[in-house]
Amino acid sequence: MSTLTTEGGPVQPGRPSALSRQSPRYGERATYMLFRVAAWLTVFVTAGIIIAFAIPSAEFFAQVPVLDFLLGDRWAPRFADASFGVLPLVSATGWTTVIALSVAVPFGLGAAIFLSEYAHPRARKVLKPVLEVLAGIPTVVYGYFALTFVQTTVFREWLQLDTDAFSVLAAGIVMGVMIIPTIASISEDAMSAVPQAMRQGSAALGANRMQTTLRVVFPAALSGIIAAVVLGISRAVGETMIVAIAAGQQARIVANPLELGQTMTGFIANAALGDSRVGSLEYDTLYAVGLLLFLLTLIINWISIAFVRRFREVY
Amino acid sequence: MSVITTTNVDVYYGKFRAVTGVTLDFNENEITALIGPSGCGKSTLLRSLNRMNDLVDGAYVTGSITFNGEDIYGPDVDAIEVRRRIGMVFQKPNPFPKSIYDNIAYGPRVIGMKPSNMDDLVEEALTRAALWDEVKDKLKQSAFGLSGGQQQRLCIARTIAVKPDVILMDEPCSALDPIATMRIEDLMVELKKDYTIIIVTHNMQQAARVADRTAFFTALPDETTGNRTGVLVEYDTTTKIFEDPSDQRTEDYISGRFG
Amino acid sequence: MADEKKEKKSQKKQKKIRALIVTKSVRGRAQGGDNSATSIVFLGVLWLSLFLAFAFLVTLIVTTLIDGATRLDGTLITEFPASRPERAGARPAILGSMMVIGFTALFTLPLGIAAGVHLEEFSDRNKWYNRIVELNVQNLAAVPSIVYGLLTLGALTALGVENKNIVAGGAMALSLLILPVIIIVTREALRSVPEEIRQGSLALGATPLQTLFRSTLPSAVPGIATGSILALSRALGEAAPLLILGALVFVSFDPNGLLSGYTTLPIQIFNWTGRPQEEFHTLAASASIVLLGLLLAMNAIAIVIRNRYQKRW
Repeated sequence: MSTLTTEGGPVQPGRPSALSRQSPRYGERATYMLFRVAAWLTVFVTAGIIIAFAIPSAEFFAQVPVLDFLLGDRWAPRFADASFGVLPLVSATGWTTVIALSVAVPFGLGAAIFLSEYAHPRARKVLKPVLEVLAGIPTVVYGYFALTFVQTTVFREWLQLDTDAFSVLAAGIVMGVMIIPTIASISEDAMSAVPQAMRQGSAALGANRMQTTLRVVFPAALSGIIAAVVLGISRAVGETMIVAIAAGQQARIVANPLELGQTMTGFIANAALGDSRVGSLEYDTLYAVGLLLFLLTLIINWISIAFVRRFREVY
Repeated sequence: MSVITTTNVDVYYGKFRAVTGVTLDFNENEITALIGPSGCGKSTLLRSLNRMNDLVDGAYVTGSITFNGEDIYGPDVDAIEVRRRIGMVFQKPNPFPKSIYDNIAYGPRVIGMKPSNMDDLVEEALTRAALWDEVKDKLKQSAFGLSGGQQQRLCIARTIAVKPDVILMDEPCSALDPIATMRIEDLMVELKKDYTIIIVTHNMQQAARVADRTAFFTALPDETTGNRTGVLVEYDTTTKIFEDPSDQRTEDYISGRFG
Repeated sequence: MADEKKEKKSQKKQKKIRALIVTKSVRGRAQGGDNSATSIVFLGVLWLSLFLAFAFLVTLIVTTLIDGATRLDGTLITEFPASRPERAGARPAILGSMMVIGFTALFTLPLGIAAGVHLEEFSDRNKWYNRIVELNVQNLAAVPSIVYGLLTLGALTALGVENKNIVAGGAMALSLLILPVIIIVTREALRSVPEEIRQGSLALGATPLQTLFRSTLPSAVPGIATGSILALSRALGEAAPLLILGALVFVSFDPNGLLSGYTTLPIQIFNWTGRPQEEFHTLAASASIVLLGLLLAMNAIAIVIRNRYQKRW
């Protein structure tokens, strides 16, 4: 299709031709231009992100050495003896992400295998959209659930756990529940894309369904499955509302998942509530943490794209 | 009188030369069949006759292809105007997901024809494609409800509606059953009174039944690269090609010894 | 020639896959059929994970319903927020959500569809800069929503906007957030329109743009509509970027335009969840039910469109 735009040059003077263009169609060129501009606008968005983050971050790092930021273990940007070590935020993000994945990966993959390899096609046709609708539940609602039900009712009342009003565990588990549909849906796509001939080939050799699933379908779909998991990681790292509501607002190195903690996103959300003046160090701090978050998700996404490429190549 | 003339035409896809050195005259109000084994470049050549090949990345043509004496790849020629004058029917029936009526009216609308009465134009096109009696009571229904053969005749009617001079047909019956095929063949013979028809076919009996002239192509290794490329072996009246071919390769193919 | 290479490559892969099937499954043969103990346990585990995944989500919905049922009344929809929970409502939040989403749709749909059309139909994928645009869209789709909040905050600051808590700011952040999704959805919908439809149109003498507007795009509309509604429903549930823009304020008026102050349902829910009093938590649950209801309605519309207009090619 790509050559379509280039086929019409401007009308050239000379011999009138039966096959020459009837009208110059200037409108067409303008329309193509609009389409092109719209597509290129996305590049401006990225450029905008880079500029919007680079300037305050540069100001921030002019005052706080990069290594102090990355390796410091005390995060107290608003205290008199301010300290800008980001490790406490990273530790909370790490905990919630790991907890979320240890919930989402087994359950998500289990559900995906069931839907792809065992469920009746009609059951799959109903269950998959339901799963996708559930993926659309707003994260504030998950946050509310984490705080009021998981943390307060289950952890504190039923299980009598030694925990405060907030915990990274509650936030992480609920975040995992939130990610289950994402992982299940994408892995299911990957496994359904494995050609039926491979399953038949395996069955013809006497393998049962479980062996076929685990030894043929799963390895064949592996790169797609990994891409799903990586996308899950990226969602967990970037998720804001659940942690802002249920993980707590104190930035400290988290040693135990029953403790509260503040993640990178939690800090940004919380700090934005305060009135930080533009140009103040506090304002710049938002962007420094935001930049770290942006770069992290970018790297994670690149890994995911690389896996998807491999996955597409197979068939 | 010849309508389309190709002179020493090569068709390339990037560096790959799919067709080499084809010189042919297509005569007015005749059916010309292009036959030959798979990969001999006959479809490629057909698609370069109305610049449908422009849509393929990296495709280009050298040599000259003229339509009524005018080079269709000339600098001030509009590919869109070429396609309006030289219509095309494809291998698989490809009606638009619209009503039967709108399928026919699509072409006249997009090229800005202002018929005094669109209904008449639709009826005329459908009548000429021998489809009117079958669909006149369901013009507003989806074209997808038609059988494969009816869909293909609808596509022919759609092409006729924009009043082209030439109709190219790329294996138009390969997806149809024998009865539908027969109806399309009858239709072609009927249509050649008003149109010049060029058809690519794998079916030699079909060429023998409908074509006035037949061109036989084959694929040969390129002398420089060794890649196989399509060349014209023999072009003559259909009778001559099928009864007394002058090239041994044509005879082998016709008699089923090769291909 | 590139195709030949690909074919060889895929043949090689096919061979590998076949080898994999042979070695792995022959080894497994001794362990019995679908009724062996391990197979049954495996199936049980799968069942359980699907069951638990749904059970989690059902619990979430049921607890929210139970918590919020008592305050799911007219006051919630008609009243303004108040310091006394029994009199408080989410009226400006509901209106704010609708207005912000409306403007988001207005900003992002034309842009996203146009960009998707360019990338899928008219851009030459062999050019390096077009591949960069494509890769960029993929990357933007994975950027956390809070980053778009910070971007919009920075942009509004650069533009000299003093009060950032305005409908236009919220709609801008959410538009940027879902723009990549709309582009991707448009491309997928266009890709599912068979090439023959385009060729049929072009062969009749239609220009590429006529082909787009009269054939390809109309055929892709159901797919674009479904995907766009789902993207907008994601935007409707978003709170983080709006939080950054200061939408967490006490709003006791209806939003009335692009420059008006506003709050949205998710922000109102967040606000009430953060209060210590139990009554506000109830309100948060009630507002969540309203939000879930809106989302469910949007999803239902999307599914109806998908099922109704799904084309069999």
